[in-house]
Amino acid sequence: MDSPHDTLVLVSKTFGLFYLIALSVAVLVYVYWPSNRRKFDRAAQAILQGEDKPWR
Amino acid sequence: MVAQLTKSERQVALVILLALTIVGLIFAGAGKDDPIGVHGFLIMACAIAAIFAVISASAEPEPSPERLDTYYDDPSKIGIVLAMAWAAVGMLVGFWVALLLAFPDLTFDAGWASFGRLRPVHTSGVIFGFGGNALIATSFYVMQRTSRARLPDQLSPLFVLFGYNLFCLLAATGYLMGITQSKEYAEPEWYADIWLVIVWVTYLVLYLRTLARRQEPHIYVANWYYLAFVLVVAMLHIVNNLAVPVGLGSAKSYSLFSGVQDAMTQWWYGHNAVAFFLTAGFLGMMYYYLPKRAGRPLFSYRMSIISFWGITFLYMWAGSHHLHYTALPQWVQTLGMTFSVMLLVPSWSAAANALLTLNGAWHKVRDDATLRFMMVAAVFYGLTTFEGSFLAIRPVNALSHYTDWTVGHVHAGALGWVAMITFGAIYASVPWLWKRDAMYSARLVEVHFWFAVTGTIIYVISMWNSGIIQGLMWRTYTPEGTLAYSFVDSLIEMHPYYIARAIGGLFFLIGTLVGCYNIWMTVRGEALPAATEPAGDIPAPAIAARQPAE
Repeated sequence: MDSPHDTLVLVSKTFGLFYLIALSVAVLVYVYWPSNRRKFDRAAQAILQGEDKPWR
Repeated sequence: MVAQLTKSERQVALVILLALTIVGLIFAGAGKDDPIGVHGFLIMACAIAAIFAVISASAEPEPSPERLDTYYDDPSKIGIVLAMAWAAVGMLVGFWVALLLAFPDLTFDAGWASFGRLRPVHTSGVIFGFGGNALIATSFYVMQRTSRARLPDQLSPLFVLFGYNLFCLLAATGYLMGITQSKEYAEPEWYADIWLVIVWVTYLVLYLRTLARRQEPHIYVANWYYLAFVLVVAMLHIVNNLAVPVGLGSAKSYSLFSGVQDAMTQWWYGHNAVAFFLTAGFLGMMYYYLPKRAGRPLFSYRMSIISFWGITFLYMWAGSHHLHYTALPQWVQTLGMTFSVMLLVPSWSAAANALLTLNGAWHKVRDDATLRFMMVAAVFYGLTTFEGSFLAIRPVNALSHYTDWTVGHVHAGALGWVAMITFGAIYASVPWLWKRDAMYSARLVEVHFWFAVTGTIIYVISMWNSGIIQGLMWRTYTPEGTLAYSFVDSLIEMHPYYIARAIGGLFFLIGTLVGCYNIWMTVRGEALPAATEPAGDIPAPAIAARQPAE
């Protein structure tokens, strides 16, 4: 634990794992949050119509 | 082009160009005994030419306020033309260096024509010249349409575009003079790097300013990918190019890193250049143009968000797979390998999302070569990401590393994925941008498509063969325990494959030249009457009435 390299290894092997898991969970919660569904469906449809000119 | 600028923008443009002229003059003077002096003159010449362009248009009236009711598409148009010009040059040089490997005498004993100098002209020409310009041009197009907002001003998009091309020009001409910092895909020296930082930060700010003007509450996923490309490339470029120049009058600089740290920083950069320049940006392109052209919404918008975070997070750690069996600590190699294998999940979900979007539109894929370009791109994307994950596994890498298999893998990605999606996006945008009914010739798009596919397949298969033969020859032992083949033995075996590779490249180049001609003829052709929509070229649902604003 005395060299920066050892510290880096420790952080990668402990915190890194939980960072990865937390980020994955956060993304999945955002994606599958029920009220976001409408927003996503709208966004997917929006590019197909009515973009002939800017809104202002 | 200059007529689109307001009075004050023309003045700012002149100030910027004068400053650039002075910088060029300083380099030209301080570096009179160094190649940097030549670049000083080049910078000065470009700036002065631009000053003339601005001044000669100064009598033109200011653009009318009605311009604010339309998108600002000049930079996208110029960007597409520049992208195709760089494609022609970059692929021609690629063909040349392929021939050089088969017939080394073609250097003609000239320093500038040696493989080591021409090869980066090819790689930078196609990646940065062709790919970069296509990304900038399409990102301007996509950010405006998906935000329903015009670019916030007229000057900064042009600054980004021309500034970026000045960087590409400094890079390519520098290589021919022997200027390089010997970092793959980061060869340009310190002054070009600083210039790119200025241009790139302007690009990022411009993107954010446009998004800030949007009406849609949600930012369409293509913009996420484009933004990741802009933001991460800025970060990579700055860190990997940290260096101390010898002096103002010298092109040479010394990297801040040394030894294995330098190698790790370089391949953190190098692999993320693949990830964020050649993947994220082009995925942004795919997520807009493919559904648009097919006339169908994305198969799963949710899946596109999951892939986005998967790709951005996992790619960041994959770079160390370039350094298997080196002085890099074993655990860092294993980390890179693990993340590379995990990357298959978001990569394949992106490829699958694209192909599933085409369900119900396969008849269009059959009839429309533009959409077929995008479909083949998605297939090659899936193929190449699988191959990449596989090659990153350490024992597989033991066979493949330093062989042509890597070259084949890169070109499956660059030709099959990046170039195909770009040609698809360009063929879709050109009639929309220039208000044409359709491309000049649908048949020539078809011709381009088949040349491109044939060229890619010849190229990739010859390199797979050559790479695996090389790898096996280098590890074949005699019963006495010595190596069975010398390096030269393996080189002789490669000769037919090198010729085949050059032929594949020639096919691809011919396709690109056909594309240049087709685009040129479309631009020269007749515009539609102002009132009519280009109905023939926009998929049917796009003509549907505009939804009432919320």
